[in-house]
Amino acid sequence: MSAFNAIGEEREVERDEYTPGIEPQATWCPGCGDFGVLKALKGAMADLGKDPEEILLATGIGCSGKLSSYFESYGLHTIHGRALPIARAAKLANPDLEVVAAGGDGDGYGIGGNHFMHTARENHDMTYIVFNNEIFGLTKGQTSPTSPKGHKSKTQPHGSAKSPIRPLSLALTSGASYVARTAAVNPNQAQEILVEAIEHDGFAHIDFLTQCPTWNKDAKQYVPYIDVQQDDDYEFDVSDREEAARMMQKTEASLYEGEVLTGRFYHEADRPSYGEEKRQVGEMPDEPLAERYHDDDYEWERSYDLLDAHK
Amino acid sequence: MSEELVWRIAGGSGDGIDSTSQNFTKALMRSGLHVFTHRHYPSRIRGGHTYVEIRASPEPVRSRGDGYNFLLALGDSFARNPQEEAYYGTEEIKPLTENLDDLREGGVIVYDEGLIDVEDVPDFEARVEENDWHVYPLDLRSLAREKGREVMRNTAGVGATGALLEYDLGHIEDLMADAMSGEVLETNLEILEAAYQQVDDLEFSHDLRMPEGSHDSEQVLLSGSNAIAYGALDEGCRFISGYPMTPWTEVFTLMAQHLPEVGGISEQVEDEIAAAALALGASHAGVKAMSGSSGGGFALMSEPLGLAEMTETPVVLVEAMRAGPSTGMPTKPEQADLEHVLYTSQGDSNRVVLAPGNVREAYEQTRTAFQLAYDYQLPAIVLYDQKLSGELRNVDESFFDREPNADLGATLSEDEIAEAAHHASGKFQRFKHDPGENGVSPRSLPGQKGGRFLATGNEHTPEGHISEDPDNRVAQLERRMRKLEAIREELDGREESHQTLHAPVEDADYGILTFGSQQGTVEEAVDRLAADGHSVKSLGVSEMMPLAEAEVTAFLESVEEALVVEMNGSAQFRGLIQKELGRFGPKMNSLLKYNGNPFEPAEVVEGFETIVDGDEPAPTTRFVPAAGD
Ligand SMILES: Cc1ncc(C[n+]2csc(CCOP(=O)(O)OP(=O)(O)O)c2C)c(N)n1
Ligand code: SF4
Repeated sequence: MSAFNAIGEEREVERDEYTPGIEPQATWCPGCGDFGVLKALKGAMADLGKDPEEILLATGIGCSGKLSSYFESYGLHTIHGRALPIARAAKLANPDLEVVAAGGDGDGYGIGGNHFMHTARENHDMTYIVFNNEIFGLTKGQTSPTSPKGHKSKTQPHGSAKSPIRPLSLALTSGASYVARTAAVNPNQAQEILVEAIEHDGFAHIDFLTQCPTWNKDAKQYVPYIDVQQDDDYEFDVSDREEAARMMQKTEASLYEGEVLTGRFYHEADRPSYGEEKRQVGEMPDEPLAERYHDDDYEWERSYDLLDAHK
Repeated sequence: MSEELVWRIAGGSGDGIDSTSQNFTKALMRSGLHVFTHRHYPSRIRGGHTYVEIRASPEPVRSRGDGYNFLLALGDSFARNPQEEAYYGTEEIKPLTENLDDLREGGVIVYDEGLIDVEDVPDFEARVEENDWHVYPLDLRSLAREKGREVMRNTAGVGATGALLEYDLGHIEDLMADAMSGEVLETNLEILEAAYQQVDDLEFSHDLRMPEGSHDSEQVLLSGSNAIAYGALDEGCRFISGYPMTPWTEVFTLMAQHLPEVGGISEQVEDEIAAAALALGASHAGVKAMSGSSGGGFALMSEPLGLAEMTETPVVLVEAMRAGPSTGMPTKPEQADLEHVLYTSQGDSNRVVLAPGNVREAYEQTRTAFQLAYDYQLPAIVLYDQKLSGELRNVDESFFDREPNADLGATLSEDEIAEAAHHASGKFQRFKHDPGENGVSPRSLPGQKGGRFLATGNEHTPEGHISEDPDNRVAQLERRMRKLEAIREELDGREESHQTLHAPVEDADYGILTFGSQQGTVEEAVDRLAADGHSVKSLGVSEMMPLAEAEVTAFLESVEEALVVEMNGSAQFRGLIQKELGRFGPKMNSLLKYNGNPFEPAEVVEGFETIVDGDEPAPTTRFVPAAGD
């Protein structure tokens, strides 16, 4: 069985190949920022010529989690907050797969916060897109970890006393090797960043600003953004941690007041991915583990010999 | 038949009791004896009373038995406050005070007079006289200190044991030479020899001697946790993810040690939700994967477990029970997670639960769990407990001579995907409504040509799209449930049953039912009862879901009355039988134990006599009579 031999071969792929015969309008509201992510992802994958069959898209639960329903590839629509641990094992088992994980701000920074921190720390080779609409969409508008302080919702009717989470800084301090923020209203930038993130060999985190016209009309997600890479006022070295941290603080503060900065904030190009590190210490095979089950010539090591220690 | 030896070494945890007893067990096995160990230890790293018991006999041993006949009492060196050399209460003498109740009449006691003062042990002299015990005080502490270091008292104790039992310590010396070298080895050998000599010069008053060995084939010494790990490795499992929790950690660490050696991957992750999720992800990508935990950690796994059921992802989870609820008693066995494992996670349960009854079954049933999980695309759980996890038993090496199994079960090749009738709709039908009798829709793997699908925890169409269509829901749910019926049929049709019938008396009038780790103890009780003229047999059940209906029914139909033995307070196993079979209530009495210690054969014997003769059950157990008729 030669299931994986076609992987990695480059060819022209039409955007339409990523469109399944099922319409996102089925669940997403008119004007929802989620359409922008879908569009940018299709564009980026087409730019890269990725075969839909070599892509594994793992999503969490929420409006954002439905991305895997509307993007044609191998899809995994999992459980709330858990897309990352599922995705990273799939990548370890079969490093030939192009693994993308996605979910909402509640999904990724709330219930899945622990996994976010650890996946970033381990620097798994994958792209993680967080749809940041500052609200719980699917469960009808509750306060999320990125909602601003004072935000009122049905579950926090007196206004939230919590400060919002700072996802970019969190990703950076946890150890992500690529961190960016982009927005659905900026389709060209979003697509470029996705291309870069997917090509990056390590954990690429994208805080993707998406608007939720249904539950969060007040959020900043509708305003135009400043692209830090395009604007001379914001020159900095993206490979420098300290400068990146400073710029991230700017965008994280400005999301709630002032101008919002987007773009690539940190890019550490030469750090080995987790799989590579594991390989180096002898904890991961060179060839994709998943292939072994289809290789008739593979000599399976018998644990029988390990029993010698118990004689 | 020479008398069996049941050797107990007692002291403080951290004093090296575990390693010493493991070595001695192995030496006894190498001398041709059948062995069985039982570990008792507190939830403490250093100090606190602990003991290990080794039962050695020319006959195969099924349980720890009742009581023991040789005590090596070392004293608890960690009970002393290092600054003032003062004692923490009575911990120092616990190796004597805590252990004497179980010492059989005529038994032998060696104690370390360097650490233990028998003046502090209440009624010691009187009890020794009354029970005809033979006592040998030895200053093991000073002996070890003079020749090397005080911690080598264990070695001195083993040397003394050898002399008292007229047992050649050659195997012990070999094992020491394997494990250490240089000065440490030399010192240990010297201490061993010195203690042997010192005792050899004494007058013996006891008759107990080391029994003769009986087997000469190559044996291996494995615990239940070891057996699960090797079962998984032999079955082609090459991915494990976990988070430490006693006693599951024992499976996890052994796998973590060996997986890279055989080309696999092991991951210690942030929590048990992640652990189960990773196993799922690896399996989804086409690798045989496993995870596991103990009660509290398994509770965290319930959501990924449900996802595996809904997405029909094969995965093996191990649940090593300990006393609960919550953190309960971390180092004490119980069988109270049965219902948790059967029904945890929302929706209709659709999983396999196997509960091995001994070390050999732990190996075999782990392999079966993988086969069923991958053939039927669902989670399979290996349920065992702290007792089976830690007990060591010898197994004939030939038992393990099997090839690793690379078969992923109902998984298609790219050629097969291209040909698949599923393809009629133009899209791969991963969750085809009606794939055939057993309900299994063959899967494709990410990366394969033509096999694209969406796996989702929401209810979905044959292609994997989210759907709330009522007809589709009925078709999918019924198909998933059908898999369990197919498994039941497959298991019923097997030549070799997973249930262990023990019937020294044919057509017995009474039956004892149990599951998991209590099997051997019950069998031993049955032998004693039969020798006393009782008409009794036992059935150790391993298939909990699907329940071994046919065999349990046949067993219960064939007896007038039955005793269901389990280590929990709510008769969960009996409840399962009642629920699944809907009858036998008037026939089933319960014998329960939940004090943190497993059953001893004598307690089962007394429990049985409660139904036959109306006697009182043992005070450590609770008898719940049949539900009436
Ligand atoms: C364990 C668990 N808790 C709660 C839910 C309910 N739930 C579904 S989506 C969601 C919030 C989604 O918000 P977010 O992640 O921000 O995504 P959005 O819908 O805004 O895209 C919640 C709480 C769930 N499915 N599972
Ligand atoms: S509720 Fe908000 S996030 Fe969800 S689909 Fe509608 S607009 Fe988008």
